[in-house]
Amino acid sequence: MSTEQITGAKIVLKSLNDQGVDVIFGYPGGAVLPLYDEIFSQNKVRHILVRQEAGAVHAAEGYARSTGKVGVVLVTSGPGATNAVTGLTDALMDSIPLVCLTGQVPTHLIGNDAFQECDTTGITRPCTKHNYLVKNVNDLAKTVHEAFHVARSGRPGPVVIDLPKDVMMARAEYLPPLRKEAFKYNPKRIPDADLANDAVKMIASAKRPIFYCGGGVINSGPGASRLLTQFIRLTGYPCTLTLMGLGAFPASDTQFLGMLGMHGTYEANLAMHECDVMIAIGARFDDRITGRLDSFSPNSRKIHIDIDPSSINKNVNVDVPVVGDVEETLKVMIDLWKREKCKSDQKSLKQWWKKIDVWRSQNCLKFEQGKDKIKPQYPIKLLRTITAGRELFITTEVGQHQMWAAQYLAFDKPNRWMTSGGLGTMGYGLPAAVGVQIAHPEALVVDISGEASFLMNMQELSTIGQYRLPIKILILNNFYMGMVRQWQELMHGGRYAESYMDSLPDFVKLAETFNMVGLRATKPTEIEKVLKEMIETEAPVICDIHVDPAENCFPMIPSGAAHNEMLLSPADQAVSNTSEEGMVLV
Amino acid sequence: MATEKFINRHTISILVENEPGVLARVVGLFSGRGYNIESLTVAETSQENSLSRITVVTAGTPMIIEQIKAQLDRLVPVYKVSDLTIEGPHVERELALVKVVATGEKRVESLRIADIFRARAVDSTNESFVFEIVGATQKLDAFIELMKPIGLVDISRTGVVAIARGIIPLSEEM
Ligand SMILES: Cc1ncc(C[n+]2csc(CCOP(=O)(O)OP(=O)(O)O)c2C)c(N)n1
Ligand SMILES: [Mg+2]
Repeated sequence: MSTEQITGAKIVLKSLNDQGVDVIFGYPGGAVLPLYDEIFSQNKVRHILVRQEAGAVHAAEGYARSTGKVGVVLVTSGPGATNAVTGLTDALMDSIPLVCLTGQVPTHLIGNDAFQECDTTGITRPCTKHNYLVKNVNDLAKTVHEAFHVARSGRPGPVVIDLPKDVMMARAEYLPPLRKEAFKYNPKRIPDADLANDAVKMIASAKRPIFYCGGGVINSGPGASRLLTQFIRLTGYPCTLTLMGLGAFPASDTQFLGMLGMHGTYEANLAMHECDVMIAIGARFDDRITGRLDSFSPNSRKIHIDIDPSSINKNVNVDVPVVGDVEETLKVMIDLWKREKCKSDQKSLKQWWKKIDVWRSQNCLKFEQGKDKIKPQYPIKLLRTITAGRELFITTEVGQHQMWAAQYLAFDKPNRWMTSGGLGTMGYGLPAAVGVQIAHPEALVVDISGEASFLMNMQELSTIGQYRLPIKILILNNFYMGMVRQWQELMHGGRYAESYMDSLPDFVKLAETFNMVGLRATKPTEIEKVLKEMIETEAPVICDIHVDPAENCFPMIPSGAAHNEMLLSPADQAVSNTSEEGMVLV
Repeated sequence: MATEKFINRHTISILVENEPGVLARVVGLFSGRGYNIESLTVAETSQENSLSRITVVTAGTPMIIEQIKAQLDRLVPVYKVSDLTIEGPHVERELALVKVVATGEKRVESLRIADIFRARAVDSTNESFVFEIVGATQKLDAFIELMKPIGLVDISRTGVVAIARGIIPLSEEM
């Protein structure tokens, strides 16, 4: 082995190379200048300069979510690190693998309230999977390799490495990565055979089964989605997906009931309520899914497959807990199913599907596009039709538009849908689209946005310009923080406190100042032409679509209500009465 | 879940990598998720393997206790989490230093009580004693209760340390 002594900054770059990193998203500052100096004098790792550090983290999330690789972020100390906190929390909630390098003041100044010092490891401890402060250059290579291992192993998540400037300038020998098995942190991937067996038996015995699957399937890799699809088709059972799980099972499959939860479909939520066996895979029973806990799927036996033991029995008690990686577990279960010659109970299943078809015939996602105002659902539905057959990646912001996108976009493949689920971060979609487009330069990348969310990180338009990223930003402009307005209408007597978006910019002119193409539609008849023009334009586009400001997002399970207490349309909303208990929920 | 009303006290042993911030991680987990800490002790137990042992006494419903253990277990520097309360017989000990200010008959009485509890006087002046007492938490509580009317002015307690009975060490499976 060579004993060449190189600087800490060089060690970081070498470690990134050995970890297969080809791009990092960052923003410079005093504490990270040695690293930027190294970046300047190499060309293996590409640096994407964002316009605010929050953008760097969301871009890395988009990159990670659309590729399955670890996203990498580089920010300076103090304000650079604090600006990254929202993105880190977002990545923690949605289990996105990230490594975020933060600059720090030199070790001898730590604790001195030095210029641009902050307690980065203290601040980020609760919003990362793990974090490190590297005080000795001899630990540096080992720490960077371990950080990547931690970020991508088990339930993925963000990892921060805080790098004091003097450590970047000190010298040490470089150490290459260890084998995976050499790390002490190695969460269990292979399920217990007995539990997998119990699960398969319970699945085979079901009369009214449902698969309820989430983002964990996507995190496990494309192989997991393939196996899931195979298993669901083997059984003939219905499947519903969470917001984070969309694409894990093809939406075009007749066994797909749509998304479940607060804005899920009627058939998915009722099937969850009335099932006798629930097969939860890589999903975490959060409050947006369960509604009121004490009436959540009251008569079912539950199987829960998850890589994170702390997700099991957290909110809902399950009968068969299976800890393991989704892909590995499905392999075992499909083998068992075939080996034991398991068969679904066809007679009961037929009855069950009959029931489901009655719920389906409600057609809960129907809407009427009249002549006058553009219904926000319409452009989204149309976008899917006119992009049929194209590689389409969607990011979203947070609000009504996000839910409509989830309801109408129908994803057939994993890793095509990037949205902020757990944290619900407005401003996520635009920078996330930057990361997605960097990873997939040829693909069509559309950020479905609301006018309010767009304003939260619109500085990244400048990044889009710099790298000539042909991103399409589709703003469903309802002149309101629509989701806030909807809750105010439903639960606060229509008192629209501070939810109107006054003084919006002219989005078409805004596009032009950033050398983008600006388009606008204000009438239903203009939509198709404008959308086609948007996707055929090679340059980046902002497409400002004026939609009906009064439209609410349905179906909706009001907070504190159960799955069978869904509001389907404005007609239901008149009679809805949110309980006091429900009012305190978010 | 809200329907579970049975709150039990559990003593949990946690074997951790002795690295900066590990205690903050454990404590932050408890405060961030609203779990309860009745007592917490921590010290290095193996310098060569860089290990520390944390003993936490906590209380919660069975579901919460399971959550606490699962959450602890997924912290990267945590090697082993063991719920001594349910994993078989174990020994719990706590040490307290108790300062009692008293003269005359009360001073004599304090010595008598100390004797019954096998507490030792580790410091004395003409008007005061510092007693050292070791035992289970309840024993210390009882001793302190008795000393209050006599002239108890100050207490310092270590919190519970605990270990399983029998031959198997906590680090066995590492
Ligand atoms: C950073 C942040 N602040 C506040 C919120 C609360 N919030 C949720 S949706 C929403 C309104 C979003 O408005 P817009 O982007 O126009 O989307 P719309 O609902 O109108 O489609 C707000 C304020 C949030 N999710 N994120
Ligand atoms: Mg809006």
